[in-house]
Amino acid sequence: MRVLLSGNEAVARGCYEHGVRVAVAYPGTPSTEILENVVKYKDDVYCQWSPNEKVAFEVAMGAVFGGARTMVAMKHVGLNVAADPLMTSTSVGGDGGFVIVTADDPGMHSSQNEQDNRYFAKFAKIPLVEPSNSQDVKDFIGHALDISEQFGTPVLFRISTRISHAKTPVELGERVEVPLKDYEKDTSRRVVIPAHARRLHVKVEERLKALAEFAETSPMNKIIEGDPKVGVISSGISYEYARDAFPGATFLKLGMSFPFPAKLVTEFSKRFDTVYVVEENEPFIEEQMRYIGITNIVGKERIPICGELNQRIIRDAVSGEDTSGEKAKVPARPPVLCPGCPHRSTFFMLNRLGIGSTSDIGCYTLGVMPPLNGIDTCICMGASIGNSLGMEKARGRDFAKKMVAVIGDSTFVHSGITGLADVAYNKGATTVIILDNSITAMTGHQHHPGTGVTLMGEPTVKLDYLKLAEALGVKDARKVDAYDVTAVKEAIKEAINHDEPSLLIMEGPCALLDRSTWSTPLAVDWDKCTACGLCLRLGCPSISRDETGKATINPLFCVGELCSMCAQVCPSNAISVPEKS
Amino acid sequence: MAGKTKNVFIAGVGGQGIILASEILSDAALAKGLDVKKSEVHGMAQRGGSVVSHVRFGEEVHSPVITAGEADLLVSFEKMEALRWVQAVAPGGKIIVNTQEIVPSGQEVYPKDIDSQMDERAPGTIRIDALKLAKEAGHIRAVNVVMLGAMSHFLDFTMDEWRAAIESRVPKKTVEINVKAFELGRSAVAA
Ligand SMILES: Cc1ncc(C[n+]2csc(CCOP(=O)(O)OP(=O)(O)O)c2C)c(N)n1
Repeated sequence: MRVLLSGNEAVARGCYEHGVRVAVAYPGTPSTEILENVVKYKDDVYCQWSPNEKVAFEVAMGAVFGGARTMVAMKHVGLNVAADPLMTSTSVGGDGGFVIVTADDPGMHSSQNEQDNRYFAKFAKIPLVEPSNSQDVKDFIGHALDISEQFGTPVLFRISTRISHAKTPVELGERVEVPLKDYEKDTSRRVVIPAHARRLHVKVEERLKALAEFAETSPMNKIIEGDPKVGVISSGISYEYARDAFPGATFLKLGMSFPFPAKLVTEFSKRFDTVYVVEENEPFIEEQMRYIGITNIVGKERIPICGELNQRIIRDAVSGEDTSGEKAKVPARPPVLCPGCPHRSTFFMLNRLGIGSTSDIGCYTLGVMPPLNGIDTCICMGASIGNSLGMEKARGRDFAKKMVAVIGDSTFVHSGITGLADVAYNKGATTVIILDNSITAMTGHQHHPGTGVTLMGEPTVKLDYLKLAEALGVKDARKVDAYDVTAVKEAIKEAINHDEPSLLIMEGPCALLDRSTWSTPLAVDWDKCTACGLCLRLGCPSISRDETGKATINPLFCVGELCSMCAQVCPSNAISVPEKS
Repeated sequence: MAGKTKNVFIAGVGGQGIILASEILSDAALAKGLDVKKSEVHGMAQRGGSVVSHVRFGEEVHSPVITAGEADLLVSFEKMEALRWVQAVAPGGKIIVNTQEIVPSGQEVYPKDIDSQMDERAPGTIRIDALKLAKEAGHIRAVNVVMLGAMSHFLDFTMDEWRAAIESRVPKKTVEINVKAFELGRSAVAA
């Protein structure tokens, strides 16, 4: 049967068909839907969210030791978090087949950087597989598992946003069961004390040579014959763009570009005066070509490193023209905190009180946008708390009273707990605010250890933030109703004035979790509204000004009484639920 | 072969149901045995941001994205979003716009010059009030299917093919509302 699958659905389907038994991840765009789709096969594939990518990776490694075909998935920056086990897992070798899926985000549609994770394969000395579309994805998952088992190595499987989130046709197959490998204790491979690790490093170098030989003839590397005068080398999504940019050319499509198939690439390159090497972001293939002495290349000196490619950008880069067309003048439409978002009250009050924040990554990062302007820093998941403590250590306690750390619940569990331990341990006075909407909202509502439900939908234990704070030695910790604007304000004012660490847990479930909590939209009484604009400072997408400058609420967006933050802040009592007429 | 690929660029605002509309269109193309690629970026769909979906179908499709000057059809679910993407349209391509206005975040009022700019850039633009037609069909959320009906006027699928694609994607009890919305959109363009 032929169906349309996104790249992420195809990873899930590939795992199912190719006998994967364990799948683990922490969510992150553009990778999130991989595990959300593996769940559909939960009778055959055990799957779970871990609290962060490092733990996910270690759980996956354990499953591999246990003899199961295993997949771990994460977004590109997730692999930074998991880099510690990655760098060492590589010299241990595979038991069950092990595929590490990294979903990169060229163009940074929803990421903080544009790192090209193909380099991780080279750094960790493991093979790299790069599919170009959903059919490739599903097939290459099988190839990657086979390579993993044949050569005793994890395999890095690199996809990117336009593969993850593009739907393309896939021919479905059946599941093939792959039995668990026997487990035998083998410390020489699994305990990396220096004496073992030294021997393992030698093995890794041998393994790379064997893999390079394998890559020369791998079915993932193939030539598509065309115009004998125009040669193009490409991989991943760039290959699809290149097919449109150079219609009818001869292509070398590299589905396995590390270890590098040097002979194949050299022979191909010799056939043309110039070979075009088309890569999004970094010159990963081009560098390897230049290293072995191939020089008839048109690559990164023309094709941009920054941002996504597409067929037009490639064509323009080669021709030197600009065909991007003239854009009309239209105001930007940036994403914003949704109507009814419980995070809004905290940023509104920080802004009113003149307090800044070191913040973190999640929906709440949108608190940086005007009119809330509530954020000073945001670097990577979990950074908020350490950043705040560092600011305090550099600039003193009085400064700390004007700067709080703001972090989401999922992010806190991911990598904020250690930061809070640091604040307590090193005698900081940091105020840490957890915006607890009881879900990982940014990536589309995934459960985590603070929500009490697993990926497979089972009820489970729920992290108690207050008890955790107590155990860490944070004495001033309490919960606040995020929808009570005055309570939020009072709690912040009190906490910043303490000379010891404070933890505020702003509670309010994500308004999109349960639409049955929505009710009649609020409305503005124009006789009372003085057009002061205070409600507009909440930055709620439902509220705008009419021709006279007075506030007006769009009933298509307002979630009703559940939120009513605008009604609470209105100094003229002009906003309320309209009386039924 | 590349010349035969049909490029439909759908634009709008998060929450308007753009992704569902592009799913239905892609399903219809797949059911006809065509190669199809459909691409959008997830994440901002719920957060009031600008959202686009690229749908390409034909004998053999490579790139999943439509770039400047390639769209045979630009279908915008919101007025200002059509102007934002007007450079995507190919020479001779068609533009269909829902006249609904959604004030972008960070702006207190809706800009006044959208229609005049649009008239200058794309005089042949087809405008329909999809929100009104969706209400007429039975639900304001059917704006997306009204727009699908409107674009269907320019695409080579039969009513039966459309119906099958709609039925497989919308909840059972809303099929009739959606089919009605589709027909209203289709005749709004034909008229
Ligand atoms: C290392 C890493 N992993 C994953 C992500 C993707 N990501 C961005 S924010 C976020 C979690 C947001 O959840 P939460 O902290 O609960 O805030 P909310 O969005 O619910 O407000 C995730 C998983 C990332 N940016 N970096």
